[in-house]
Amino acid sequence: MASKSDDWKPGNIRGLPLEEFFHSGHGACAGCGPAITMRMITKAAGKDSIIVNATGCMEVVSTKYPTTSWGLPWVHGAFENAAPIASGIHAALAAQGTRAKHNIVVIAGDGATYDIGFGAISAAFERGDKFTYICYNNEAYANTGSQQSGATPKHAWTTTTPIGKIIHGKEVEKKPLTEIIAAHKIPYIATASTAYPLDLFNKIKKSFTFDGPSFINVLTPCVLTWKYDSSLSVELARLAVDTGMWLVYEIENGKFTLNIQPKGLPVKNYLAKQGRFKHLTDADIAEIQMHLDKQNKELVAERECVNKAEEKI
Amino acid sequence: MKAEKTKLTEGAVVVTPASTGANKTGSWRTYKPCLDQKKCIRCGICWNFCPDNCFMLKKETENKKYKHRFEINYDYCKGCGICAKECPVKAIMMQREEK
Repeated sequence: MASKSDDWKPGNIRGLPLEEFFHSGHGACAGCGPAITMRMITKAAGKDSIIVNATGCMEVVSTKYPTTSWGLPWVHGAFENAAPIASGIHAALAAQGTRAKHNIVVIAGDGATYDIGFGAISAAFERGDKFTYICYNNEAYANTGSQQSGATPKHAWTTTTPIGKIIHGKEVEKKPLTEIIAAHKIPYIATASTAYPLDLFNKIKKSFTFDGPSFINVLTPCVLTWKYDSSLSVELARLAVDTGMWLVYEIENGKFTLNIQPKGLPVKNYLAKQGRFKHLTDADIAEIQMHLDKQNKELVAERECVNKAEEKI
Repeated sequence: MKAEKTKLTEGAVVVTPASTGANKTGSWRTYKPCLDQKKCIRCGICWNFCPDNCFMLKKETENKKYKHRFEINYDYCKGCGICAKECPVKAIMMQREEK
């Protein structure tokens, strides 16, 4: 944990290890949120990890052939088969008897997780193979030029949900993926945000302790799709949590914990900083706020109800 | 112009980990972060949130209060400004790059 002493302790900056596994020289945009997240994920995973990367920004920017930014064994699969590859690696290591030595980490974007790879992920979670699936969620297909994904929030601009007189951005709500994964009853499900590195770090470390699949959904801002100044990447990730746009929680063997209590800031603070929401009218913002309050309240109430029911059993 | 032949490894496997260093992304920069060592409290937040891993840890020789100092690696810094924004003591200033 961060210490209050005025000197910096080697290997202990806010609890993160010094060793780097995602190196400089990658071609991500200036201020890339996912690139920050990759550094944190690989630090938490450690040197004995095997990374499985689905197609997406982080695969494209980090591996300009014949070079790579990764300092870990790294496999690239197509959009839809990151989870099956992880299953295969799990089976292979188990057959060799070296499964306990390695952590298998899947890194995939929201396009690969929410939409294209969803069936395969569901199947891998059904099989119960042990690996940690991390979705870096920037709420669009940012790599191919910001098309709408299942994670894009309602009213957001993307190139496939343009702004006009009739259409105000995406017309439907985003998919409640973390809850859908929770319905698979895998041992560990969590959400995190790039602005809270220690929380993310601890969650990844914890996910390795379970004997089964775990899923972590990390909200991470994208400069080009969200349309903001590149210095605001971390600020927006923090505002999303503070306004309740992104709830940071974990479900550990069915037990729900809200890790960071939202500060209850008005959602307008978060929306106003992003170009993808600049077309919103006051009525739209009021609708988003109302829906958000209801949705968050329902989620927490439902999960606490399950907690109580489990305590009784 | 005759295209040069690149020798491929079997299965196009990349056998050199952490090898993107030759790609000096610092040339993308418009604004340059300047770190004021006198104001810096060595909290490491800039190091933490840098997408390009540009904060290098060096041994402190001038200031007796601290054992280490951060220095910015301008070879890779893309000038996003996250460090300046997140610095709790405003020790990092963004200045227009002059080349």
